[in-house]
Amino acid sequence: MKKVHPAVVGAQPFQLAEHRPVERLFEDAEGRDRLEKSLSRYPEKKGALLPMLAYAQERNGWLSPEAMEEIAEALDLTPAYVRSVATFYTMYAKRPVGRYWIQVCTCISCHVNRGEEVFESFLEHTGTRAGEVSEDGRYTVIEAECLGACGFATVVQVNDRYFENVTPETVPEVLAQLEPGEPEA
Amino acid sequence: MGFPHDHDLEIGTILSRHFGDPKARELDTWLTYGGYEGLKQAVEMDPGEITTIVKDSGLRGRGGAGFPTGLKWSFMPQEKSGPHYLCCNADESEPGAFKDREILRWVPHLLIEGCLIAARAIRAEHAYIYVRGEYFPFTSILNDAVVEAYEAGYIGRDILGSGWDCDLTVHIGAGAYIAGEETGLMSSLTGGRAEPKIKPPFPAQSGVFGKPTTVNNVETLAAVPMILINGADWYRQWGTEKSPGTKLWCCSGHLVRPGNYELELGVPLKDVIYDVCGGAPDGKKIKAVIPGGSSTAMLTADELDVPSTYEGLQEAGSSLGTASPIVLNEDTNIVRAMRRIADFYAHESCGQCVQCREGTSWVAKILKRIEDGDGRLSDLDTLYDLCEQLTGRTICVLADSVVFPLRSSLDKFRDEYEALIGGRA
Repeated sequence: MKKVHPAVVGAQPFQLAEHRPVERLFEDAEGRDRLEKSLSRYPEKKGALLPMLAYAQERNGWLSPEAMEEIAEALDLTPAYVRSVATFYTMYAKRPVGRYWIQVCTCISCHVNRGEEVFESFLEHTGTRAGEVSEDGRYTVIEAECLGACGFATVVQVNDRYFENVTPETVPEVLAQLEPGEPEA
Repeated sequence: MGFPHDHDLEIGTILSRHFGDPKARELDTWLTYGGYEGLKQAVEMDPGEITTIVKDSGLRGRGGAGFPTGLKWSFMPQEKSGPHYLCCNADESEPGAFKDREILRWVPHLLIEGCLIAARAIRAEHAYIYVRGEYFPFTSILNDAVVEAYEAGYIGRDILGSGWDCDLTVHIGAGAYIAGEETGLMSSLTGGRAEPKIKPPFPAQSGVFGKPTTVNNVETLAAVPMILINGADWYRQWGTEKSPGTKLWCCSGHLVRPGNYELELGVPLKDVIYDVCGGAPDGKKIKAVIPGGSSTAMLTADELDVPSTYEGLQEAGSSLGTASPIVLNEDTNIVRAMRRIADFYAHESCGQCVQCREGTSWVAKILKRIEDGDGRLSDLDTLYDLCEQLTGRTICVLADSVVFPLRSSLDKFRDEYEALIGGRA
């Protein structure tokens, strides 16, 4: 079990290629540990909601209705409320996504640096349409709003990694770097 | 990449001097760089004394609004009747801005120290750093530094043997621009949708979990330790009377050398664009600059000879914002660029206020129609009307944010709109 300090328990990467699926989130030692540590950082149980939504996605790769119900129960919230929060935020996957969730920024600074072409190039090289999971389960490509790295356009986020200065031509290089064993960007 | 390139202008040395040095992230090295000296002073000081120094330094909020930091701190209750909280806003999401990520990435201990000093000043027992969800790589660096600082006794119980306790928690968002608005951030931190709230009550009265709260930007807090160590006058040697100090610039768009630069406030904007960043690549001319991030009014290439201060940009009809100029070259289709900006605000509207929810999306739709060659001249009147309807009528200023670039683009580049419309009434 990965040891996580309580101060940073609500700030763990939750978009990962490798998942450790679990049916019930808080029935194993790790799940209970994450829940307890999160609860200890906020004066109200509700404060642990975003950390727990993130944890569910870290484990399962997406946020299932069952996971949201379990979180609701653990935090004394209604499932409807939890859903209303989860659906507000774009990074929570409300349905399964590919192992590599590719977000291409096409906001203004990337837009003027061929962001849309980079996006099209990712669709072409993964053989997918926007938002769908590729047949082999590997890729989901979406357009993203500003990723906060505007000086290094076009910016692409794949799971918990950033790729900068991507051009339509370098898209295959980015895809090649995703496979395990390839060096970090 | 990301840290300053070489150039001839004097670079400030407060925030960025250790950018690019991975060892600066480690506590041992950071201590040899003078790390946590400010905190050592702060724990011996009365909260009011800390606030006075920051007030005297003239430090202004670096998240875009430029509100005086010391004054903001002084709004917090002097007598405690319950917990106080500090929130560090690291939800950097304004298109054009990418400075806070460099602070998280290179000097996480500087930010932690700034948070603790601020927490001491506002009598808070818990500081939360709210980082945008996408920033996983930089959050991980911050996380490591926080754990190290806890283990070394700089955070937690009886800090540096002073008897003062303060916790610090890193909390990440999940993709919502509006979580960077201070009341939206507080809604999100407490487990809600990041919906802004009407003020009053102000955060200093009723903030996170209903308790007195101060929200400060990353760059603001990172400036605090050096101010405390060196004094208010030292900080005022840079910048102007109303805009003292240095500012971390984020330069993007069509530039030869885009990136982050820490510069003294007051440097002419044209020098930042042309001298520091090398102007537009491929010998192209610059058509427009959006000086302070996407929510500020566009300036034409002829309007760039202004001092880069809060007051200077305001006089020029725009705003310093987060000092994040987005540069557009002569080939840029202004209508298309403006449409892309409007798409952002339409997407990020939280939907509470009808004017914003509907207005931002109609701005985007009308601009798209003009871009596609189906616009009419009356669309321009409708866009001006929307500028009126979207100003000052909503809980937060997201709606106003689309108006600044929109109105300026209509005023200054009307010919481009008309060329695409082609005379259709």
